Amino acid sequence: MKTIRASIIGFGAVGQGVAEVLLQKDENLKNIGLDIKVVAVADSKGAAIDPNGVDLSKVLIKKRTEGTVGSEKLTGLEVITNIDHELVIETTPTDIDTGGVGLPNMLAAFEHGRDVVTSNKGPLALKYRELAEIAKENGSNFKFEATVGGAMPIINLIRDVLAGNDIISIEGILNGTCNYILTRMMEEQASYEQMLAESQELGIAETDPTYDVEGIDAACKLVILANSIFDMDATYKNVDVTGITKITPESLMLAQDDGFVVKLIGEVKKDLIRVGPRLVPVGHPLAVGGTLNVASVQTDLAGTVTITGRGAGSIETASAIISDVISIYR
Amino acid sequence: MRVSMDIELKDIPGQLLLALNPISELKGNLISVVHHHEKRTPRGTIPVQLVFEIDHEKLNTIISRFEDSGVGVVRAGEERFLEHGAIIMIGHIIHTDIQDTIDKIDSTGFAEVIDLSLSMPRIEKPSSALLKIDAVGKKEMNDAMSLLKTVAKEKDLLVIEPIDTELM
Repeated sequence: MKTIRASIIGFGAVGQGVAEVLLQKDENLKNIGLDIKVVAVADSKGAAIDPNGVDLSKVLIKKRTEGTVGSEKLTGLEVITNIDHELVIETTPTDIDTGGVGLPNMLAAFEHGRDVVTSNKGPLALKYRELAEIAKENGSNFKFEATVGGAMPIINLIRDVLAGNDIISIEGILNGTCNYILTRMMEEQASYEQMLAESQELGIAETDPTYDVEGIDAACKLVILANSIFDMDATYKNVDVTGITKITPESLMLAQDDGFVVKLIGEVKKDLIRVGPRLVPVGHPLAVGGTLNVASVQTDLAGTVTITGRGAGSIETASAIISDVISIYR
Repeated sequence: MRVSMDIELKDIPGQLLLALNPISELKGNLISVVHHHEKRTPRGTIPVQLVFEIDHEKLNTIISRFEDSGVGVVRAGEERFLEHGAIIMIGHIIHTDIQDTIDKIDSTGFAEVIDLSLSMPRIEKPSSALLKIDAVGKKEMNDAMSLLKTVAKEKDLLVIEPIDTELM
């Protein structure tokens, strides 16, 4: 049995999802020889710390009733710096302008030789190369499957399963909120504003939907793919981005009459990273509806491989995180 | 451009080669050859149908090379538009001079707008249009799409172009 001491930094939907999955899958993990012992959990207000293992079910209850994980006045960064452990699970919120607290958290983790598994897109979309280099210098593992496509495996699919292939391009739907709004606009012949309101009511879109509907979220995910798969040194400012806010229901009807659906498609290949609404033939593998994500990977040997899955959700994202954790220590 | 051509060959060995050599020497791309050996013409020649792609300016050279070597050219027709595409535009399409938008494509000589469906919900609201475009080849279609995007950008129109389905 291998014991891995871990911290969970950031305890919003994803961090809580990770805690739930660790509780639920404790036995499965032990069956494959892994004992993931969470020695610290930190959110923006405080931390829970126990070198013998934090009781995750208690922390989950405390977070839901009191709004914080614990009374220890330690920041995530202090936890990473001062508490001895091997693995940092970094699930703080994405900040695309500065990288947020995630960026110093990850840098500190690597400087202390710790491995990082993250769902936080901001630092990777801004400073991928720097992070990857520091991780390498310190002999740390750095895994981030959860940053792109939620539960839909894409980075590890390409790096592991499709190893040996040259990747020609990746294109797909990388934002579930936009996919939902476009799908519903087409179904109901309704305006963008109406369907945005519906998705906000359902919790699919945020109160401030800019990040999703202007294509920024999809652009960040593409940048992560561009840097990690295509070895580019791009930031999201290099992406040619058009969102979905100007799309009219009439245009969707015209597309439909001609055998197309309209989807917000992200595309990355050598020298090109762009996000914008595109016509996709009905019945094409990329024409998935609802909040689903999808990606087609074009390779030289395997041809085209298409995957689809849930792009968001706390448990779905936690699935990608757990898979990264297992792949490091198994 | 793609050319379909009906030729007639004498019924002696080596004639087909006489017809195919000029195409390959002029860097044409032979797409199909149908040799109707069973359908001899009243003149005793054998009809052959060729389809090939060749640069426009080289077609006459090929025809004269055929004639010089005794290969009869019965018909040479250009299949002008090989590529069919569709694109959506959203915005103030009419008020930004749709005639000019269409002319920009039509005046390229390699692509044409062949159909336009327009939806104008209300005055002041943005219109939506689906344009069907024909082009002589894939590259020309891409060029036409790029041109349309440039024009649309100047006119503040949103363009929704098809995904590249070639590799699928």
